[in-house]
Amino acid sequence: MSVALVTVSRREILQPKMVKIYVMGREYLVPEGLTIHKALEYAGFRLIRGVGCRGGFCGACATLYRKPGEYKLRIALACQNVVEDGMYLVVLPYTPIPRVKYKLESLKPDVGLVLKLYPEIARCVACNTCTKACPQGLQVMDAIQAIKRGDLAKAADLTFDCIACGICSMRCPAEIRHANIFHLVRRIYGKYMSPKPRHLEDRIKEIEQGKYREELEKLKQASVDELKKLYASRVIEPEE
Amino acid sequence: MSMCGYPSEIKKLIKYVEETREERLKKPYRRLSLEEREKLLKEWHPDYKPGTKRPLRVGVCKGTVVYNEVADLLEAWPLIDPDQIDLSKVDYDVDVLVIGSGGAGLAAALWAIYSGVSPDAVLLVTKLRLGDSNTVKAQGGIQAADRPEDSPILHFIDTVGGGLFANKRDLVEALVTDMPFIMKWLEDLGAMFDKNPDGSYVEVSGGGACRRRLHCARDYTGLEILRVLREEFLNHDVPYLEFTPAIELLTDPEDGGVSGAVLYNLETGEYYVASAKAVIIATGGAGRLHIAGFPTSNHYGATMDGVVMGYRVGANIVHLDTFQFHPTGVAFPEAIRGELITEKCRSLGAQLVNVHGEQFIHQLETRDVVSSAIIKECAEGRGIITPTGAMGVWLDMPMIDMLRGPGTIKKALPAMYRQFIRHGIDITQEPVLTYPTLHYQNGGIEIDVFSRVLRPNGEPIPRLLAAGEVGGGVHGRNRLMGNSLAGILVFGRRAGITAAKTVKETSTRPKLSLKHLEKYIEELKSIGVPRERRSPILLPDYRGEKVLLRSLRIF
Ligand SMILES: Cc1cc2nc3c(=O)[nH]c(=O)nc-3n(C[C@H](O)[C@H](O)[C@H](O)COP(=O)(O)OP(=O)(O)OC[C@H]3O[C@@H](n4cnc5c(N)ncnc54)[C@H](O)[C@@H]3O)c2cc1C
Ligand code: SF4
Ligand code: SF4
Ligand code: FES
Repeated sequence: MSVALVTVSRREILQPKMVKIYVMGREYLVPEGLTIHKALEYAGFRLIRGVGCRGGFCGACATLYRKPGEYKLRIALACQNVVEDGMYLVVLPYTPIPRVKYKLESLKPDVGLVLKLYPEIARCVACNTCTKACPQGLQVMDAIQAIKRGDLAKAADLTFDCIACGICSMRCPAEIRHANIFHLVRRIYGKYMSPKPRHLEDRIKEIEQGKYREELEKLKQASVDELKKLYASRVIEPEE
Repeated sequence: MSMCGYPSEIKKLIKYVEETREERLKKPYRRLSLEEREKLLKEWHPDYKPGTKRPLRVGVCKGTVVYNEVADLLEAWPLIDPDQIDLSKVDYDVDVLVIGSGGAGLAAALWAIYSGVSPDAVLLVTKLRLGDSNTVKAQGGIQAADRPEDSPILHFIDTVGGGLFANKRDLVEALVTDMPFIMKWLEDLGAMFDKNPDGSYVEVSGGGACRRRLHCARDYTGLEILRVLREEFLNHDVPYLEFTPAIELLTDPEDGGVSGAVLYNLETGEYYVASAKAVIIATGGAGRLHIAGFPTSNHYGATMDGVVMGYRVGANIVHLDTFQFHPTGVAFPEAIRGELITEKCRSLGAQLVNVHGEQFIHQLETRDVVSSAIIKECAEGRGIITPTGAMGVWLDMPMIDMLRGPGTIKKALPAMYRQFIRHGIDITQEPVLTYPTLHYQNGGIEIDVFSRVLRPNGEPIPRLLAAGEVGGGVHGRNRLMGNSLAGILVFGRRAGITAAKTVKETSTRPKLSLKHLEKYIEELKSIGVPRERRSPILLPDYRGEKVLLRSLRIF
């Protein structure tokens, strides 16, 4: 079978199409296809705020933008989303969302507690703005409603992929501090409501009782050749 | 958002992947023998490429061979001129100084507190926001041998075999025997791992592991661990400074041990002096050095600062002539090139396939071996060339749903699904293009089982501890998947415990000096290091050339 490889003309590589973006109002010409972060750098910005993992995991790079002729305020992650022609954008350096301190060990897993720590939950007007704003595409309003109903398991599940970017909280008319509330709810669920792991305690006990000590001692002393033999003779467990 | 997906020339090639899928689903690809693995590594792994390394010319490990990019950092001037720093005014006077807020740093701070250090006698400093780290990006999972079919013994053998038998074995012992306990700790802190209804963990295979041992939190494992540790840290009211990297350690001239650090406010340019009875380096890895010219999966601040600072006070460095190139970085779309496609995709069954639709390696060989196989495939013309001229092979993602039922991808790999759908590629339907990416610093400054930093003669440097990716020894010359999250918590915890003990044993505050720089600077002078080469670099500089050429530094 012969397959022609994709060939690319050199011109295409050397001369990318340029797009116009407006960074905090000022116009810059940047190559098409760059993420917002990379476009900012191309334009000459040295990033300090509004950047972290650069992979969509840390929530440091919440970006607000509008496109010409549109009233809609759009949301992006600067590390994930690519520039579009005509974008008016700002990467938020910081989102002020103070948290409430708590002691997980002495909490009771009930909804009253979450409401006590974050009473603003009760003010949710079910406008769904948060859901529309979430760059992770989470059902944020449903999670808040689940918490109001006392269904913490559901809320923990719905918010698991939250990267705490803070955008929903900046848009919420009820001024709810979503990410903090979600952290709390998930930890309550994880500690008090999820099924306890099997096997773990047994293994810890075995280790404490020294079950593996002698064999590990032998392995530590073994020659590389002996280890190689052991390694090569492992039986690899099939995948499930 | 622009949803472009694959250009038509590339899209056309997908049919070759689809044509062989049925066949590939049926019969597993064979595993390589140790000899075959060695041959593949020697011929194709970047670690064996000539011209990429050199022996160090300064410091306590003169003569040790490291990657050029590492040597450039170690053979560089400090950011500060010792004469210009006023050490008589101490801005932060604490018992324990923790440098870095990834998993290792947060675990260390918490365990120092659990071991008796008062939270307000701890100071944690970090380069960007609290928690911005490689930890938050970890996707696939964390290894702990808890299933009855498994054991710490097997975990040990997998780890040293994966590490090419170069691991420090007592560190491996600590790793495999502490891990079940660490999982229990995470449970108690309310971390949510994937579980079956009966409570048993959902465990999958990692490359090079002989048992299913990988504990996952969807494909946000690091995020889940990080945010739980961060919440716990914040609940203890520990003082911390964001956007304030450490840029140099301080030493007591009497014993040469460490006594604090010089900190730097990234926004105002001001420096601060911190004095401490124990200092814990938890600064993570080095992906942003782009070793051997590779793109990277690492966070923005992964610039090896901790190794630089530690080396200047006399730390031994190990295995910095080897880095981990993760087999499956994103090759297309260009916007996110180098970002990671978690190994968990392969754990769940996705196979690697060349342009002809042929599988060329078992997907769960160790990372160094799989990377070498991909590099070989591309170099010999069986890869796919992207519109920007990058190369890659296919990772056959849709297989996962075929093997494990529709919906598996969206449920077990939501971050991966998002990462590609944002660019118009639906991984439940289409394979993705992948090529190795610079991922992990296998070595670092040498530590012992108490997380103490060692000199080349094996003596610990007084009051200096290190944990996490910055530390060397535990993973040997190649780390197994899921062993880093394990290592950062095992040795972060041990660092915290040792720090508390050190504080108790240190009655008088050690003196502050930059004396260790004197000899270092002499050596830099003698080999003629250019003045503008300075380290640590703190953040990479990706600004456009055009702008830099015309940049006036007047404001
Ligand atoms: C994309 C990706 C996926 C991964 N997936 C997995 C996985 O599935 N399983 C696994 O086991 N491992 C995985 N790893 C590896 C693992 O995540 C890291 O090796 C590990 O989290 C490192 O932890 P750490 O605490 O040592 O460093 P980091 O988490 O990187 O934290 C270092 C901290 O130090 C700070 N810092 C750096 N320099 C300074 C300075 N000069 N002053 C002050 N602070 C400083 C940083 O800002 C950061 O907060 C992955 C890594 C990446 C990048
Ligand atoms: S934006 Fe606020 S008020 Fe509106 S639905 Fe969401 S949480 Fe409720
Ligand atoms: S739920 Fe809110 S904080 Fe979390 S990712 Fe979505 S918008 Fe960001
Ligand atoms: S930089 Fe972390 S989510 Fe964008």
